[in-house]
Amino acid sequence: MSGLPILSLLTFLPLVGALFIFSIRGDNETVALNARSVALWTTGINFFLSLYIWFNFDPSTADFQFVEKVEWMPVLGLQYHMGIDGISMLFVLLTTLLSPICILASWEAIQTRVKEYMISFLILETLMVGMFCALDLMVFYIYFEGVLIPMFLIIGIWGGPRRVYAAFKLFLYTLLGSVLMLLAMFAMYVDAGTTDIVQLMNHNFPAELQTWLFLAFFASFAVKVPMWPVHTWLPDAHVEAPTAGSVILAGVLLKFGGYGFLRFSLPMFPLATVDFTPMVYTLSIIAVVYTSFVALVQEDMKKLIAYSSVAHMGFVTIGAFTLTIQGVEGAIYVMLSHGIVSAALFLIVGVVYDRIHSRDIEVYGGLVHRMPGYALTFMFFMLASVGLPGTGGFIGEFLVLLGAFQVNAWVCALAALGVILGAAYMLYLYRRIIFGELTKDVLKKIADMSPREWAVFAPLIILTLWMGIYPLPFLDIMHVSVENLLQQVQTAQAAAANVTLAGR
Amino acid sequence: MPNTHVPELIPALPELFLAVIIMALLMFGVFQKGGRDEQDVTTFRYVTYMGIVALLLAVLLTTLLADERLVTFGGMFVSDGYAVFCKVLVLLASAGSLVIAKGFLERHSLARFEFPVLVVFATLGMLMMISANDMISLYLGLEMQSLSLYIIAAFQRDDTRSTEAGLKYFVLGAVASGMLLYGMSLVYGFAGTTSFEVMAKMFTNTGPEGPGTGMIFGIVFILAGLAFKVSAVPFHMWTPDVYEGAPTPVTAFFAIAPKIAGMALFMRVMVGPFGDLLAQWQQIVVFISIASMILGSFAAVNQRNIKRLMAYSSIGHVGYALIGLSVGSEAGIRAVLIYLAIYLFMNIGTFACILCMRRGGRMVEGIDDLAGLGKTHPMIALALAIFMFSMAGIPPLAGFFGKLYVFQAAIAAELYTLAIIGVLTSVVGAFYYLRIIRIMYFDDAEDPLDQSIDREIGALLTLTGILIVAFIAYPEPLVSNAAAAAASLFSS
Repeated sequence: MSGLPILSLLTFLPLVGALFIFSIRGDNETVALNARSVALWTTGINFFLSLYIWFNFDPSTADFQFVEKVEWMPVLGLQYHMGIDGISMLFVLLTTLLSPICILASWEAIQTRVKEYMISFLILETLMVGMFCALDLMVFYIYFEGVLIPMFLIIGIWGGPRRVYAAFKLFLYTLLGSVLMLLAMFAMYVDAGTTDIVQLMNHNFPAELQTWLFLAFFASFAVKVPMWPVHTWLPDAHVEAPTAGSVILAGVLLKFGGYGFLRFSLPMFPLATVDFTPMVYTLSIIAVVYTSFVALVQEDMKKLIAYSSVAHMGFVTIGAFTLTIQGVEGAIYVMLSHGIVSAALFLIVGVVYDRIHSRDIEVYGGLVHRMPGYALTFMFFMLASVGLPGTGGFIGEFLVLLGAFQVNAWVCALAALGVILGAAYMLYLYRRIIFGELTKDVLKKIADMSPREWAVFAPLIILTLWMGIYPLPFLDIMHVSVENLLQQVQTAQAAAANVTLAGR
Repeated sequence: MPNTHVPELIPALPELFLAVIIMALLMFGVFQKGGRDEQDVTTFRYVTYMGIVALLLAVLLTTLLADERLVTFGGMFVSDGYAVFCKVLVLLASAGSLVIAKGFLERHSLARFEFPVLVVFATLGMLMMISANDMISLYLGLEMQSLSLYIIAAFQRDDTRSTEAGLKYFVLGAVASGMLLYGMSLVYGFAGTTSFEVMAKMFTNTGPEGPGTGMIFGIVFILAGLAFKVSAVPFHMWTPDVYEGAPTPVTAFFAIAPKIAGMALFMRVMVGPFGDLLAQWQQIVVFISIASMILGSFAAVNQRNIKRLMAYSSIGHVGYALIGLSVGSEAGIRAVLIYLAIYLFMNIGTFACILCMRRGGRMVEGIDDLAGLGKTHPMIALALAIFMFSMAGIPPLAGFFGKLYVFQAAIAAELYTLAIIGVLTSVVGAFYYLRIIRIMYFDDAEDPLDQSIDREIGALLTLTGILIVAFIAYPEPLVSNAAAAAASLFSS
């Protein structure tokens, strides 16, 4: 590798941008304008930096690349250890892609305290990128948990009417899950003598300890994913958050949980993973079916999309716990495509919300007459969310169902039911907002999308099509890493089986 | 050597220095022209500045003492790496308290030179507590500290709340001192000595049957007395009233320096003479730790007065620190030391923010008075938000690392119940810290606070704020010093 600590650069560049914005002085107008442009430039440069990493990424090895290791707290043996493999690479790209889009999306929507808003967003990007790159338990935890601070502020300051409730719910739910994970991390440290993720992956924890560790990590990740029945913070947070906050929440933060399962639960606690698979399947199936029904009766657009997120995340957990190559790759793929599609859907809600200031489905209707471009974009992402072949959503769901079918046909069948329900509630939403007669007075003068809004959606449309039509570049990146992950799980299980045999 | 006429004075250099300075400052204050208000204020200023400088010089003197273990005054006084570390914390805390106290006292016509003198006096008592190596010197140090504190609690003598606080503190403190003395006399009766070192040797070979009921009785009484001094549940009842009633800078001082000194003494007594009786006292400390964490977090939820809230918050923090003590190992003590150091900076900063809460020149103490601070005073709000997130233990701020080490020690010692209750109460605690942030940022101001803040408070806020945020980037100095200090406590 080159001497340049490129991952740290990628992680901390937004922080530098934030410090820069912090130092901007002057009257409100100039500060707001400068803060916006600095934020856009920083996130933009960061995106190109991540593209550079992508081009230099070697997909033929499962080892961690661009590794950085610095002594940090020698008393506990903690190291600042960063690196990416095929799984985290894609999430880093997702994060750096969505960040400038979020800045663009809040260009006009945010008019108060613009400076603080941009600082929060840049700090958020630092923490998110860092989380996906961290290779030390404590470093991971710090990023994982630190995200709460900017998210709390973004929802609480710039959110809707019930923002305080939503912000507290998000914060306390997530914190409650995470502190248990923190204790589990200490227990791992005591058992293995290290917090290095790479070493821990090769460490065999005793079976009984694995159960407890799995449960503690599960408490944290299940809240983040979110899985039924701890998903209730998500609709509240989504509804109250500003558009860009929802985008980041759905696009990246929900992926923390799925990523955590793949990075920690599966390779480190393989025995417990197998034991708890039925439970995960059950919860995921409930999530997929139940939340789809709940989504059908929503009157609030954002809430409906939030529930659809819970349903999609159900696919992710099913796929990850199938422990088949198709299932796990499908889970990652669903996360990526959902990251883009749901982000786009929240942006689509944001477009009309900026104009009418309402999220009620009731308020709209017949928008196709005034906003044909908008109707087209909406239709595209609506179908992508449903999983129409040719969009990214299809590939992921298909792979997950394929993986699930190999393991358990019932799980596959029930999950497929979720796909149908997904089509039902999305089409219903689309019909109520876009079609019909344009009767409401407030809508008579509504304008179609502006060039800035097209600029926001264009990359997302291209990417969704690319992921649907030619998924190979993405699958290639993760393939070796996923194979390696499953290999590790199997080796660990075999080793445990040997121990049990030898013990007899 | 104990049998020479003049004892070795070098180990007690910082204490001697401070003692001389106190006399000098007292003389200076007495002989300075006074009587008129502005003359009093001038004297007060001089004495305060000199007091701060003296405390900082004492920090220097303390650090000059090598980390080796020096014993003097017939074995009653010890200076080791542990003492140096704790003394530096206490001295910094006292100096910080004087800095933030100055403006408040001047505005409330409390600017009398006795205040800084008493603070330095209390600090001297704390240094002696930290260095105590004998029950007698322990008691002397403790009383010297407590008597000074009783007086400054009632420093605003025209105010009924302040005098009430002073009286309450005095009566309850006297009861605690009585318990402590009773425990010490029991221990002396059964051990035949008051020296920590002799006791430690005596208990090395205690079998599983324990040291005998009388001895345990004595230890329990000592524990109760010490728990009172650090305001751990169930000996906390004085804390909220005294914190609320005392003038705010006094509250700031109470919340930091005596807590650190008390914890330092607590650890020295438990690990030094009674270290080998861990099995006997561990469950008691575990209990008071759990009780403090639970009460500290739940009782604070409904508080409307920020000083009362800080009182409960400090009870909770003592609970977390006691986790480390109940582990009783080197890792545990190290964790407590790190925790205390971070606690010091968070609390100095928080109280500096509280002292900025003025409306029309008068102090306000309600949490709701902070409404809209994010808009009217962005920098103070930012600083207070940093301290609150840090106290809640959210990474990447320093407060998280305090908790990290404590919980790590607890898990390593397999005290799982303690650790789980600890993290769960920290979530409850997060709720009320977040409430303050909510009021500052999410609510709108009806009646904004005064704009002007004292220059020295501004500087202190910046400094502590940066320390709390930047701790993650370079934690090494604090952590390794704390580790060395903890090691020196065990090597004796």
